[in-house]
Order: sequence, then C-alpha cells, then structure tokens
Amino acid sequence: MFELTEEQQAITEMVSDFATEHIAPQAAAWDRDHHFPIDVLAEAGSLGMGGIYVREEFGGSGMSRLDAALIFEELAKADPTIAAYISIHNMVVWMIDKFGNDEQRAVWVPQLCTMDMLGSYCLTEPGVGSDAAALSTRAVRDGDFYVLNGTKQFISGAGSSGLYLVMARTADTGSAGITAFLVPDGTPGLSFGALEAKMGWNAQPTRQVVMENLRIPVGNRLGEEGTGFGIAMRGLNGGRVNIGACSIGGGQAALDKSIAYLKEREAFGKPLIAQQSLLFAIADMETELETARTMIWRAADALERGTADTVRLCAMAKRVATDAGFNAANTALQLHGGYGYLSEYGIEKIVRDLRVHQILEGSNEIMRLVIGRLAVEK
Amino acid sequence: MKIVVLIKAVPDTADERILDPQTYRVDREEGDQIIDEITERALELALSVKDRDKTTEVIVATMGPAHAIKAIRKALSMGADSGIHVLDDSLIGADLVLTAATLAAALRDLGAELIIAGNESTDGRAGMLPAMLSEHLGLPLLGSLTTAEMSAQGISGQRQSEAGTQEVTATYPAIITVTERFAEARFPNFKGILGAKRKPVATKSAAELGAGAQSLTTVAQILPRPARSAGAKIIDDGQGADELITFLTARHLI
Ligand SMILES: Cc1cc2nc3c(=O)[nH]c(=O)nc-3n(C[C@H](O)[C@H](O)[C@@H](O)COP(=O)(O)OP(=O)(O)OC[C@H]3O[C@@H](n4cnc5c(N)ncnc54)[C@H](O)[C@@H]3O)c2cc1C
Ligand SMILES: Cc1cc2nc3c(=O)[nH]c(=O)nc-3n(C[C@H](O)[C@H](O)[C@H](O)COP(=O)(O)OP(=O)(O)OC[C@H]3O[C@@H](n4cnc5c(N)ncnc54)[C@H](O)[C@@H]3O)c2cc1C
Repeated sequence: MFELTEEQQAITEMVSDFATEHIAPQAAAWDRDHHFPIDVLAEAGSLGMGGIYVREEFGGSGMSRLDAALIFEELAKADPTIAAYISIHNMVVWMIDKFGNDEQRAVWVPQLCTMDMLGSYCLTEPGVGSDAAALSTRAVRDGDFYVLNGTKQFISGAGSSGLYLVMARTADTGSAGITAFLVPDGTPGLSFGALEAKMGWNAQPTRQVVMENLRIPVGNRLGEEGTGFGIAMRGLNGGRVNIGACSIGGGQAALDKSIAYLKEREAFGKPLIAQQSLLFAIADMETELETARTMIWRAADALERGTADTVRLCAMAKRVATDAGFNAANTALQLHGGYGYLSEYGIEKIVRDLRVHQILEGSNEIMRLVIGRLAVEK
Repeated sequence: MKIVVLIKAVPDTADERILDPQTYRVDREEGDQIIDEITERALELALSVKDRDKTTEVIVATMGPAHAIKAIRKALSMGADSGIHVLDDSLIGADLVLTAATLAAALRDLGAELIIAGNESTDGRAGMLPAMLSEHLGLPLLGSLTTAEMSAQGISGQRQSEAGTQEVTATYPAIITVTERFAEARFPNFKGILGAKRKPVATKSAAELGAGAQSLTTVAQILPRPARSAGAKIIDDGQGADELITFLTARHLI
C-alpha cells in the first residue's frame, strides 16, 4: 500500500524535473513581481496537469487521487503558490467533468485540461466564508436564462481565468437552495475587484468577482437547481487533500534546506547540526511531515474508492497536513536564524505561502467542526 | 520512415561518479542512471520528425545492464514506439570493439532509414562507436552535426570540426551523430508515462545476436585525477601581455 508503483515513480520524477527546471528558478521573482505565469501553467497543462483525476474522454489524464497528491507535493517543493493554483484549477475541472452533462463537458473540459483556459472556484463572499451555506449571491430564472447578482470574495485566479464556477442562491432554503453555474469570462455584467495585497500566494491573483445583472443561458447551469452546495463540497474534499499535499511539499522543501544549512553553518566551534536540540527539531519536522503524508495518502485512497468515511478522512488530512507544513516552514525559518528572515534564502516565502492553507478550503477550525460532529454523531 | 536512436544509460552527472577500484569499471549500480543527455537530444530529433509525420517509427536501442530498461521506458514515455535492449552478462565491461559489433548485429536487419546517435557520452567515452557502427553496417556517417535537415531523399547538415564548418549530405540509409547544439528533450507527459508499459521491448542476448566479437582491450590501471594545484599568476607590471603570450605559446594554445 505504501510503495509507489513504477509509473508513480516515473510520474513524480517527471513532475520534479519539470518543477525544478521551469518553476523553482523563477518562484522568487514571481512572488516579488506578483506575476501569474500563465505560460508555465499551459506547459504544465500540456504534460497532463490540468485534469489529473479527470476522465480521459474529454482530455483528462485519468489518474488517481493518490497520483494527484504525489504531483502536488512535487510541484509545491518548487513553489506552493503555483502548486495550489493548479490544485484549485483541477478541482474546478473535475467538478465540470463529474457533474456536467456531455455538452458542457465537451465544451469546457478539453481547453481546461490543457490549461489553455484557467478555471476559478467561486464560493466565498464578503459576508460569508466558513458558513458557506448562508451565501447570498442570487440567480433568478428568466425564461431560458438566469440572471446573477452578487459579489464573490477572495477568488483565486480571478481576472485571468476563462471560466468561473459560481455557487449562487436559487431558493431561500439554506444549503438546499444553492445552484452551481458556469460563467465564462467576458459575459456582460461580470467584473473584477482590485488585486488583493496579500501576505503570500503572490504569484497568483486574488480578486473579488462581481456579477451585476449577469445573464447566462440555462445551459450553463451545472447539475440541477439546489444541488450546488453538494457539488461545491464534493469538489472541496479533493481540494483539501490536494492543498494538504501542497503543504507537505512546501514543508519538505523547508526541511531539506534546513538540513543542508545546519550541516554547513558553524557556531560554538562546530556545525549547528551537532546541537542535539536542533537535531531533534529536524526529527520532529521529519516525523510530522511523514505522518501527514501518510494521512494524505489514506484520504486520497478513500476518495478514490468513495468510502463512507471520505469526508472525515479528507478533513483530518487537510488539518494535519496544512499544520505540519506550516510548522515545518516556521521551524525552518527559526533554524536559519537571521538568514531565514531574508528573502534570499527562500524560507520566509514558504512560511508566507503555507500560512493561508490553514485558512482556506475550509479553515482548520471548520475541519475540527466536521471531524468533531462526525465523531459525536456516531 | 524508420528511425533508430541509440540511447545510453549513464550515471547522473549530478551525482558523484565512481570508478570501481577492483573491476576498473564505471560503477553503474550506485546512484541514479539516466539517459545520457546528448542521446536524449538525439531522441528529441527523432520525435520531432514523428511530430511532423505520424507514420514515422522511432525505435530506441541500448546495450547495458538490467536497469537500462528504465532508460528505455523513459524514452518510450517520451514518444518512442518500441525498444531493443541488448542485455547479457557476457557483455559486462565490453569495450568499444565488442559494443560496436554487438549493436551492429542488433540493428542490421531492422531496415532503418536513419540511425541517430550522440557524438559522445558523459561516462566511459571515446565518441568512436557510431563510426565503428557505420563501418560494420556499411552506412555513411555524418558525425558531430550541429544542424540536421531531413528530406524524402536524404539528410544534410552542418558539422563542426577543428578545421571549420562543413556542409554534409547523405542518402538513406545513414547514421548521424548529434551534438549538444540540438534541442533539449521534451518532458514525457502523463499519458506517455502510463502508456510506456504497453509498448514492446525486445531483449536480445549476445548469443542471439551472434556478433562473434571479443573485447580487445583490458584496462591495466586506473589513477585518481591529481588534485588541482594553484595556477600561475601573471601580474601586469608592464610586461603582462608578453608573459601571457609566452605562456600560451609554450602550450601551443596560440
Ligand atoms: C573505465 C572504462 C574504461 C574503458 N576503457 C575502454 C578501453 O580502454 N577501450 C575501449 O575500447 N573501451 C573502453 N571502455 C568502453 C567504451 O568506452 C564504451 O563501452 C563504448 O561502448 C562507448 O563507445 P563510445 O565511447 O564510442 O561512445 P560514446 O562516446 O560513449 O557514445 C557515442 C554514442 O554512441 C551510442 N552508444 C554508446 N554506447 C552505447 C550503448 N551501450 N548502447 C547504445 N548506444 C550507445 C550513443 O548514441 C552515444 O551517444 C571503457 C569504459 C569504461 C567505463
Ligand atoms: C488567498 C486566499 C485565496 C482564496 N481563494 C478562494 C477561492 O478561490 N474561492 C473561494 O471560494 N474562496 C477562496 N478563499 C476564501 C477562503 O476559503 C475563506 O477565507 C475561508 O473559507 C474562511 O472564511 P472567512 O475568511 O470568511 O473567515 P470566517 O468564516 O469569517 O472565519 C473567521 C475565523 O473564525 C473561525 N470560525 C468561523 N466559524 C467558526 C466556527 N463555527 N467554529 C470555530 N471557528 C470558526 C474561522 O476558522 C476563522 O479562523 C480564499 C482566501 C484567501 C485568503
């Protein structure tokens, strides 16, 4: 169960080569210049990273959730921000492939899989984040059209994406009144807020998505009316495993840098690695990351097989992995001393990038809420 | 068109490469074995022909130990159609003469229009194998090309030598060797990686090929490269240029 197949080894090797050559050397500059490298994303798409666990029929790679977790970990070693965006994009493509009709799949899935077109996931609003079922963006049926009004907050990729997967309210019945819609870029009534200034994740844009009397054909509704919340949550199960894998990749990169640094840096007459307390810090980082990785793989397996405890395991994996990744990065910064605080060493960026993984795709408090409720309901 | 690419599995140049002090051979068991970079470029050239004309058949061939299959699989995942693996314990430590005769036997009846090799590799290298192969197979060799142009009739390109640049042409069938001036190899995509296992690889033993050659060389001794000593420093106090010219002339560098 815990040994990777020959193909999985070949896949991680390829992604690692790609990330080392095409992402890592530029990650610091992209962060500094707030540059979203859509050309590099298209290259990733041409290798199959745009629809990793999407069926092959319309251009997906047809691989497993575990394959995806391995891929996101490798990408995140080079740049957690780029890896995380690709993860969100994959979530969107999978939702369309899974819940769309054949016509919708044929139109959108091929161009999204190659990443010639990018996708955004639009659930959060200025007034509602964790309590997503209370969202207020409205979609009103008007003949063969829906008219959408509302604002989405913190939308990754907004302004650059070609397709927005928007959760909107079609009835005042709580989570059962939410419907998913496919909103193409360029639709009249669609506009974007200013680029948010952020602590990290600077190589991908975060903006508001504003809809004002935006008309889309009924054919752009994904699934039936009232199924949108379920679709959004099903997407997030995978998103949680993937964002967790991104945290492990970032944390692992920080750990690897720390080991190299402690071996080389001398103080008090010997290399720092000879201080047992620092060796123990390394041991704890290593152990926590491996524990989290094990959990991510288990959740990926549950997701793949559609087992009854998928939601619970995905929530646990997300919580454990995003905490382990951030803690490893933060410890790495401490182990690097003052140099860890300088941009040049690449550690402070990992800390800034991984911090938000504890907040989004369901905050880690919400993960506890999910796990806790399931635990006491049993 | 049928193209054979001679790929070579070599120790990763990023790792420390070791000469075994007992056998005098390159240690091919330790560390990562990868496709030699120039032979990856040779493969890229063949695949670019296939990109333009889907009827092109690309076969990769290598002689090497069991793990060389990894290099073949990688080449298949990048887009080659099939592989030939010459694998035999009797070939361990083969010299140029034996390697060339054996590979020639493996390629003789394939009916390839074009054989592409690298001009030299990053491990045990002489850069002679393709020339010996061309002799065995009676095919023209365009060696050390920096460019290659393929038409229906034949192949032409530029080759760089100490004397200058030459324009060379040959009709098919022919052998060419490419240099690092050729395009870098593509990454295999996921579909390619997952499909590689289904592509055929023929494993050939020495007996099957019946090359009937033997290694003619023995390595008598290996010595570690002497540690680098500090170079001579020329300080320019008016005579610098003269001293530099004397230094370079003495070594036949100018
Ligand atoms: C320590 C050591 C000492 C050696 N000493 C001698 C010696 O004294 N005399 C001697 O004759 N040989 C010796 N060899 C072996 C010799 O270098 C290689 O076996 C020979 O096959 C490579 O040929 P080359 O150097 O011409 O090709 P390279 O310069 O290595 O490669 C040129 C091209 O030929 C092709 N090619 C080469 N080898 C293969 C292969 N196995 N399979 C498929 N394609 C291939 C590739 O396309 C490559 O790009 C020694 C090897 C080692 C490791
Ligand atoms: C950089 C960035 C990118 C993002 N990208 C996207 C995107 O692409 N698409 C999208 O839809 N959203 C996106 N988000 C939004 C993100 O998912 C939300 O920020 C997140 O769900 C939390 O919502 P909130 O910010 O409204 O916090 P709130 O829900 O207001 O929560 C504030 C705090 O209270 C805690 N809390 C809330 N409820 C409870 C409770 N019941 N019990 C205990 N604690 C609780 C939370 O955990 C949090 O710590 C992004 C956010 C950021 C920062």
